[in-house]
Amino acid sequence: MPHRVLIQVKAVDRAALHRRTLIFPATEGPMQPKTGEMLPQTDRFMVPAIFVGFLILGFYVATQTTDPLMGMQAWTFMAGVGMALIHLVRRYAEGIPADDKGAYANDVVKAGVIASMFWGIAGMLVGVIIALQLAFPNLFYFPDLPWTNFGRLRPLHTSAVIFAFGGNVLIATSFYVVQRTCHARLAGGLWGWFVFWGYQIFILVAGTGYLIGVTQSREYAEPEWYADLWLTLVWVAYLFVFLGTIWKRKEPHIYVANWFYLAFIVTIALLHIVNNLAVPVSWLGIKSYSAFAGVQDALTQWWYGHNAVGFFLTAGFLAIMYYFIPKQAQRPVYSYRLSIVHFWSLIFLYIWAGPHHLHYTALPVWAQTLGMTFSIMLWMPSWGGMINGLMTLSGAWDKLRTDPVLRMLVVSVAFYGMSTFEGPVMSIKAVNSLSHYTDWTIGHVHSGALGWVGFVSFGALYCLTPWLWRRERLYSHALVEWHFWVSTIGIVFYITAMWVSGIMQGLMWRAYNEFGFLEYSFVETVEAMHPYYIIRAFGGLLYLSGAFIMAYNLYRTVKGDVRAGEVVAGQPLPATA
Amino acid sequence: MMATRKEVDATSGTETTGHEWDGIKELNTPLPRWWLWVFYATVVWSIGYWVLYPAWPTLTGYTQGVLNQSQRDDVAKAVLAMKSQREEQGRLLATATLAQIEADPNLFQFAREAGKSAFGDNCATCHGSGGQGFKGYPNLNDDVWLWGGKLEDIKRTITVGVRSTQTDTRLSLMPAFGRDKLLEPAQINDMVEYVVSLSGGKADAQAVARVTTLYAEQCASCHGVGGKGLREFGAPNLTDKEWLYGGTREEINAQIVVGRAGVMPTWGSRLDPITIDALAVYVHSLGGGE
Repeated sequence: MPHRVLIQVKAVDRAALHRRTLIFPATEGPMQPKTGEMLPQTDRFMVPAIFVGFLILGFYVATQTTDPLMGMQAWTFMAGVGMALIHLVRRYAEGIPADDKGAYANDVVKAGVIASMFWGIAGMLVGVIIALQLAFPNLFYFPDLPWTNFGRLRPLHTSAVIFAFGGNVLIATSFYVVQRTCHARLAGGLWGWFVFWGYQIFILVAGTGYLIGVTQSREYAEPEWYADLWLTLVWVAYLFVFLGTIWKRKEPHIYVANWFYLAFIVTIALLHIVNNLAVPVSWLGIKSYSAFAGVQDALTQWWYGHNAVGFFLTAGFLAIMYYFIPKQAQRPVYSYRLSIVHFWSLIFLYIWAGPHHLHYTALPVWAQTLGMTFSIMLWMPSWGGMINGLMTLSGAWDKLRTDPVLRMLVVSVAFYGMSTFEGPVMSIKAVNSLSHYTDWTIGHVHSGALGWVGFVSFGALYCLTPWLWRRERLYSHALVEWHFWVSTIGIVFYITAMWVSGIMQGLMWRAYNEFGFLEYSFVETVEAMHPYYIIRAFGGLLYLSGAFIMAYNLYRTVKGDVRAGEVVAGQPLPATA
Repeated sequence: MMATRKEVDATSGTETTGHEWDGIKELNTPLPRWWLWVFYATVVWSIGYWVLYPAWPTLTGYTQGVLNQSQRDDVAKAVLAMKSQREEQGRLLATATLAQIEADPNLFQFAREAGKSAFGDNCATCHGSGGQGFKGYPNLNDDVWLWGGKLEDIKRTITVGVRSTQTDTRLSLMPAFGRDKLLEPAQINDMVEYVVSLSGGKADAQAVARVTTLYAEQCASCHGVGGKGLREFGAPNLTDKEWLYGGTREEINAQIVVGRAGVMPTWGSRLDPITIDALAVYVHSLGGGE
């Protein structure tokens, strides 16, 4: 039996160590990673050259196309690439910036934090607008402004919150976390910036495309073929930057957060490419036709759609949870074994669950069965992440009272647990026959999106801002409290309204009278939902208000302010709380 | 190096794995037993489900499951059950005349329920879920009927539609007196006064006098000399207080200028005759049936 060296670490030593690494994590620590890159200097040439090349390609398309929509898309693309080039030129105009010589690349993460906050507010604002359109369809209907139509704003909302907000949070946190947990500077040099700007350009092209009516009508994958190709390029660069950093790590093991990030990056690449296989009608036009047809098309779409939930919104954000909760709670992760078992079971089972979106359709019944049973088996693997998140708090529960950032992170895990229980329940055919096509689904999605994805992202951004900008603390903890409570109440309004509305809607649809005729007409169900739509819009408005409070708090934190009355003299402050 | 040393966490008393990343350590806590057992239970349940129901694809088909369940059969059974529930009354409804339906209380109630259901799905979008109508869409609860309020009239209107694509549809068109320059703007203003006077409103007597002849020439052929309307042409009665496109001077003026005319689809080609009978009975029973 191998001899084990057991060391009892004194609590005070550990606290001191954690405080130090929390406040100035990049400059502390015994090992300073070297700044050398795997492919020295080529990135300095390659990345600007690629941007210039695409600028020329964009110009060619913009001037040659006969499709006015393609023209608008090409000009928008060029504007985005131009912004990226101007930023890079300004960045290197006066020599190599200090950030390029540091132990860790921080500027690209800072840019990601700002982009996350920006897109988050934009996406949530559009969400409130479309909630109001549903509640008051006459008031918010402008037939002369087609881009304000619900059909165009709805994908703008979903894509903005999932991909623009969530995606930027994932990219920014992954760049931060992979450097710290590998003790290595981000690989690829400028390629990190290529990923950042390339992703913003994708968002710009996709989002403006929705507004002018460009869509390939695949839910959560609406952008047309050229935007998909661009994202593929960006995503492959992302994969290489991330893998390269892991490759040159100074730590013997790969931290669990990085497993989840890697699973997210690899699987999203696979899903994105397969689901978007299409043939463009013309190289200079927006329109393309999917490689799939009929029920195969539907299944491919939901294989993608559900795994966007599984690998983007679950695996990716679990990675955030695995770094920021132990870091903020200053406690070790509860169970290493659980993290292994739930990781592998989660990624193995999730990929099968998509068909539960197509119960009672033309999809063969055996595929429905597999979708349902794999969703049921997914329950515990999902909860493994919740257990590891919550139980990491053991020994630090008291911090929930005093640290609103930690509370936000922990409540996000609670919402994660709730929606990953609700999901398998809704995948059961009998339940699905009631819930499908109703607001219950919307409520389910939003308990996951607002509660889990939103809160864990907010928690991570509240941690990252003072860490990255070298501030001793946030501008205001009271404002974090306000954000927490305003948003939590908003979520409760939102999801309870949708539960009631959805179940009522489902029951009304299936109600027959004693003579065997439908009890309610469709329009009567719409009338019945009206009050709940108002409550939903109100809940969304509260949640958006919370995001505004957060943006203000982070802005003042970056400025280096501390809110009057919140400074406790002579008392060393913990990192962010 | 510290990073490979195992230690015991003071708070939980659990050993760590010895790894450390950026200050984060991991406890070597075993898997929670309840977690593991519930996980096993879901796997066992799934395997059981696969045995009972269609589940795994094979080269030529898929495993049928020992229960031999089929969604198609389930739907067929449900449809059959619904049909048999409606069968007895439905058969009576199919053979009965409209008058017979109204005479038999049971059959009348059945037809009304069937009509209400069909109305909700097909008619409520324009006429409102209570048949109350909207501007441009007639109210079906009152006793004002453009094309007649008897059971047979209503049935015919539903069957052929109004100004629809069908050749035998109910058809009439009010000219756009203003837009097509059939009348001068001043004449139209006077005519508005005339129409207001027809329904007993306070009108400019001189204006009314100026267009009395004009009304007889241009309007009376459809709306009648006294303005009572003519059902053969679907021409509205102008003497009552019900206005399809609004009764203010501006609204009446607008109607004379552009001559709006609504369209109702031909339901005869979309709904079966029994449903149309039921709809006629339902609409007739809403309150204004003649």
